[in-house]
Amino acid sequence: MCGIAGLIHRGKSSNVGSELQGMLQALKHRGEDSTGYALYGDTDGKNFIMRFKVGENVGEGSSSIMEDVSVYDARKKIVDQYLSELGAKIVKEERVLPYSLRYELAYDAKDLLEFSQKIESIPGVEILSMGKSLEVIKDLGNAQMVCDRYSLDKVVGTHAIGHARMATESGVDIKSAHPFWGYPFSDVSVVHNGQLTNYWNNRRLLENKGMRFMSECDSELIAVYIAQKMREGASLEEGMKASLTGLDGVFTYFVATKDSLGMAKDTMAAKPLVLYESDDLVAMGSEEIAIRSVLPQEIDTYDPYDGEVKVWQI
Amino acid sequence: MANLKTTENKTKSQSMGMHSEVLTGRTQQKFFNPDEGENLYYFGTYDVDFNKRTELDVKEMTAADANKEIDNLMSQGFGTIVIKNPQGKHSLGVGILNKLNLIFEGSLGYFGMGSCDGPTVRINGRVGWSCAENLMAGKVVIEKNAGSCFGAAIRGGDLICKGSVGARTGIDMKGGTIIVGGDAGAFTGFMMQRGRIIILGDVGINLGDSMYDGTIFIGGKIGSFGSDAIPADLTDTDQDWLKRKLKVAEIGEKFDVSKMTKIVAGKKLWNYDNLEPHEKKGAI
Repeated sequence: MCGIAGLIHRGKSSNVGSELQGMLQALKHRGEDSTGYALYGDTDGKNFIMRFKVGENVGEGSSSIMEDVSVYDARKKIVDQYLSELGAKIVKEERVLPYSLRYELAYDAKDLLEFSQKIESIPGVEILSMGKSLEVIKDLGNAQMVCDRYSLDKVVGTHAIGHARMATESGVDIKSAHPFWGYPFSDVSVVHNGQLTNYWNNRRLLENKGMRFMSECDSELIAVYIAQKMREGASLEEGMKASLTGLDGVFTYFVATKDSLGMAKDTMAAKPLVLYESDDLVAMGSEEIAIRSVLPQEIDTYDPYDGEVKVWQI
Repeated sequence: MANLKTTENKTKSQSMGMHSEVLTGRTQQKFFNPDEGENLYYFGTYDVDFNKRTELDVKEMTAADANKEIDNLMSQGFGTIVIKNPQGKHSLGVGILNKLNLIFEGSLGYFGMGSCDGPTVRINGRVGWSCAENLMAGKVVIEKNAGSCFGAAIRGGDLICKGSVGARTGIDMKGGTIIVGGDAGAFTGFMMQRGRIIILGDVGINLGDSMYDGTIFIGGKIGSFGSDAIPADLTDTDQDWLKRKLKVAEIGEKFDVSKMTKIVAGKKLWNYDNLEPHEKKGAI
């Protein structure tokens, strides 16, 4: 069991960091091994924002091996060197935690594949997100803990998706936590609730096409699968529709891009989703109580049906 | 006590695709030997007065505390309780084994009204997954939409949703009636064993998949039939019953029931229906 939540404001910005924190905290009983946020903040759109990690959180409950902070420093140095070689200029640098960093980069590139491959060739380094609006923040603990640790409650933006995870098939660590970045696409993120049963078959096929997997979490497949479809020329919605037959198992997942938010539900409708939709706001989550945290008044909600795909624009 | 298992009634129910209607919670008292009357007593039930009304605001309460307070109010004789601000909380109103007029001013989360036997409930909002699971007797009316597994494993009573419902409506149901004013998702009537489902709108794929028994009536389009589900003739008796039921349910009273599709089980389980009523109760 895991919990997912997402919301999109249409035609305006709002305090999406705080709103998503409330939604995910309401779902913490569905899992609090880790919690992740994909926030689409208000930016000037000039620079890339790269969230990346140079190590794992080795706190209580983690399945990761402890490393010395000097190892993180060494990795960071190589990242800085590679960025310079790639022609990316660091405009702003924040080391939020010893293992977690946020860079604003002046970088002119359309395809981020080469960029990402080079940065992630450094052992222990993973790009959590890359985009001009998207920032993926994920760590161990429940929504409140992660929000406090990364000061997310002040983030203003148009939309966001998030995940409260109960680890079942892979480790309790940041690399297995959601959301997953839709590597190598700028500003694409995915969260998933469910289980994919043809993970390894699909993974082998996609790896043969040059796609990368950072974890053994089956949910990562969705991000990679859709990213590959988009590389082949499909739109986001077309990629999501293809996933209904291409992915086997039970799932409800959300995908977000710079200006849109989508949901898909498997053909068995085995995983829950409650949806609220109005002219200026769409909010959805694994349970209605998530939506209630942002809309406490009486509202009309519904469950999307089996095999349903929906996409909303900001 | 009245014995409904007369030849006439049995024939009537069989013509509707039902073999009997005896697996329904407290309503089973109709079939019990009067000498076993003490078995009908539920420990912890109360004499309540429907004219004695109160309100309960559960906004700041946990579901457990809210349910305890409902029990406490019933013990004081309140027969009509209005619940304010349920705000999608899970497991509200579960385990009520009492006659009670219960009104929710808002929406419920998962497992609302589960394992109840007797109350009349109106929910002026929406319900999440598994509403009224294991309902034994009573009536639950939802004014808006419902999530998946609506009426899972109910044994009796009437469960009515005026909006649309999710997937697996009436999964594993063993009696009672589910009525939906809107559409229903995939696997409606999945593994149902007794009872009746009425959907006035469309249904998704795999309707009645693996059903053992019971009857499903569909007013709209059917995505596809599941394994073991087959269409059957809609009789005059069916139509009379449907009209009556929709009227009582305050839903689709003017609906043209003659155009509904009737679905029954296309298989018969080995020895399933050769049991005497008391043996069936033990088996389930």
